[in-house]
Amino acid sequence: MMLKFEKRPVASEAMRYISPLLSIIMTLVCGFILFGFLGKDPIKGFEIFFLNPLKTSYGISELFLKATPLILIATGLSIGFRANVWNIGAEGQFILGAIAATGVAIHFDYHPRMLLLTEMMIAGMVGGMLWAGITAFLRTRFNTNEILVSLMLVYVAQYLAEWFVHGPWKDPDGFGFPQTVIFSDNALLPIFFDGLRVNLSLLAALFFLVLAYFFIFKSFAGFKMLVSGYAKAAARYAGFSINQSIWLGLLAGGALAGVAGMTEVSGPAGQLTAHISNGYGFAAIIVAYVGRLHPVGIFFSGLLMALLYLGGEQAQYYLNLPSSIGRVFQGMLLFFLLGLDILVQYRIRFTGLTRKEA
Amino acid sequence: MNTMASLPSPLLELKGMRKVYQSVVANDHIDLCVLPGEIHAVLGENGAGKSTLMKIIYGVTQPTAGKLFWQGYEIKVASPAQARKLGIGMIFQHFSLFETLNVVENVALGLDHPPKLKQLAQEIIEISNRYELPIDPFRSVHTLSVGEMQRVEIIRCLLQKPKLLIMDEPTSVLSPSAVRKLFETLRQFAAEGCSILYISHKLDEIQALCHTATVLRSGKVVGNCIPANETPQSMARMMIGKDLTAYKHHAFAPGETLLQLKGLSCKTKDPFGIDLNNIHLAVRAGEILGIAGISGNGQKELLYAISGEELVSKPDAIQICGVSVGKINPRGRRHLGLCFVPEERLGRGAVPQMSLEDNALMTMIKPAVVEYGMIQYTKVNAYASACIQKFDVKCSGPQAQAQSLSGGNLQKYIVGREIMQDPKVIVLAQPTWGVDIGAALFIRQALLELSNKGVAILVISEEIDELFEISDRIVVMSDGKLSPAKLTQETNVEEIGVWMSGMWPEAEQITALPAT
Repeated sequence: MMLKFEKRPVASEAMRYISPLLSIIMTLVCGFILFGFLGKDPIKGFEIFFLNPLKTSYGISELFLKATPLILIATGLSIGFRANVWNIGAEGQFILGAIAATGVAIHFDYHPRMLLLTEMMIAGMVGGMLWAGITAFLRTRFNTNEILVSLMLVYVAQYLAEWFVHGPWKDPDGFGFPQTVIFSDNALLPIFFDGLRVNLSLLAALFFLVLAYFFIFKSFAGFKMLVSGYAKAAARYAGFSINQSIWLGLLAGGALAGVAGMTEVSGPAGQLTAHISNGYGFAAIIVAYVGRLHPVGIFFSGLLMALLYLGGEQAQYYLNLPSSIGRVFQGMLLFFLLGLDILVQYRIRFTGLTRKEA
Repeated sequence: MNTMASLPSPLLELKGMRKVYQSVVANDHIDLCVLPGEIHAVLGENGAGKSTLMKIIYGVTQPTAGKLFWQGYEIKVASPAQARKLGIGMIFQHFSLFETLNVVENVALGLDHPPKLKQLAQEIIEISNRYELPIDPFRSVHTLSVGEMQRVEIIRCLLQKPKLLIMDEPTSVLSPSAVRKLFETLRQFAAEGCSILYISHKLDEIQALCHTATVLRSGKVVGNCIPANETPQSMARMMIGKDLTAYKHHAFAPGETLLQLKGLSCKTKDPFGIDLNNIHLAVRAGEILGIAGISGNGQKELLYAISGEELVSKPDAIQICGVSVGKINPRGRRHLGLCFVPEERLGRGAVPQMSLEDNALMTMIKPAVVEYGMIQYTKVNAYASACIQKFDVKCSGPQAQAQSLSGGNLQKYIVGREIMQDPKVIVLAQPTWGVDIGAALFIRQALLELSNKGVAILVISEEIDELFEISDRIVVMSDGKLSPAKLTQETNVEEIGVWMSGMWPEAEQITALPAT
């Protein structure tokens, strides 16, 4: 009896929605096995990893807090990915957004709170867009590969952040640590509930999700990008500019990554440090794909990813496992998703059981 | 085995061949009998099951049921390699060439014991000269035009001196004289004892070449005949099951020039492309102008220039309704009244994974469906539904994915959506390539009716017969240049065939512009 992959006459729409769910299930199953191998009781491991974070209101607040930047960045990335624009440098755009927002926060902290926060958000957007714009320019002008350029710029952004916190913006009272002053309350995002860290950025994320939905599915600009992503020759035939798609795709990703950077420094971090780069820009790529590049999917996969981060921390406290166990789960999720995606175009046939109609 | 001494035993015999793909019965109890030295036609519309049957014979796929007898012995052809060992050669309709390799390498891959590449290249050149199939053995396949790729396929087969040669629609890319030469060679093969299975929908070719014919419809054999005793109409009737309606022709009363090419020259960026050389052309309202020629002579480049997919340096080299458009992109040209149906349905004319609705949206200028940047989907849906209904497109509705439609239906949809844009000028490239007869007739009739409404129509086609059926004037394209235009009724296939090699009289130079 042999397993055969047979091409479907028409791609299966149902599978497009089932395969993310299947990949989640397979990740859980593998996690189960993994805990066993690590010498921990699998069921206990499960509970601690996946359920602990959800047991307290603090946990749920953390869940949304962590999910927010992931959702923001993934939303921006999904617009580009749909047009085959591969923005892998969201991490760098995130950092630039953080830097720009910090600049505004430090120098204009006498502005009233809401005005200041708005300025910081705009600065974050602009910072992220400028950084992504470098990639877009090189790609449209010189046909350089945007994967390489955007990725390389991440490292440049990291060093840039380090320079700011070691140099011009170093907190004079900071005992020499590479960090800026802690932002005044004026520059911090208001929280919803006392004692819980979830803040206004969640509303920003939801706002951009809705905006993205309308852009992708209802706007003509979004439609043009879709065509460019599916078939370049058709886009050319229709008179849709591929360059426009590239710019839009990268700027959208950069803008929202920049906003996420702003929410990080004006939220839980409260300042710019050398460790502002925390991998969200890369994790958001997984969030975008697990969410099938769809705003609704991204919302849920953002929460799932946040859960995996928190689970890693829980595992560190209670199971004596390194917190990177969370990253292992994230990787497995993407791995299974990419693998199971073959079922959209192909179906599995077991041959050899019957000799009849093939 | 046949015991009657007077009847030759069949070379190939199929009994009760059946092939089922999932829910589609591609071949249903097909019987076929090919004698040695016989040229046997397999006739049928697109989708009748001809290609599937040939794939079974050539070992590409296995039948669901049925028996195959080769030289009297029942066998199973397990693979193309085995088929070749038996002496069966096949020239595919859809090419099986590796695009990153060159011609010699591709040919070598198809041979079981290939000689050294240099020697093989020599043999290729020899055959290509002998049968008038010009090809450079060291060209990379991905740079070849469709016609040139087919030549490679033909040469590859001819090199193996087979006992049975299966040819799947081989002549669409040959000039009339080359077709004649090919037929001479095939007759020679047949006389030497080689059998030929000739798959085609070109009834006059089958009449000229084939001894016997088997007619397929919807996977079944509906009849056998001797083409010499039939007429194209009677064979067509067997193929589609009903009488072909004749075209309702139109009165030729051309109006003002709506599409004008003046001194259009274009250096191609493609190292293997063809430069356009001082092209002059005028298409008037209410006329159908056909451009004949073997593909690979600049048609691709000309179409890119006219549609706007490639901008040209002199803006007034191309004028639509008097406006210089050389620097305007395709969408801009659509606003001026140009519509275009490209050669490649999937990937250029339509996005395969998108719905028919979305594919209509792609080229719609009117009615206006975008308000404040947002798409009014109800209007797009209405447009798509109207197109499906008016142009008899068989599909599951406007939401159907473009790739789920058959070639003929998708082509009808694309032609329909462009016609419904109410163009002043419409350009079509290979409008009925790979399309079943019913759809092809429909499309041609639609074009005739469109010209009655005063639309200027430009058709580029490799099928000379099609051009003679619908065009008012014909020009020939060869090596990036255009011949003078002739009224269709004042010329014939022979003359056009000669002109296809570039040999037209230079005397009437810029007479592609009509005397006004």
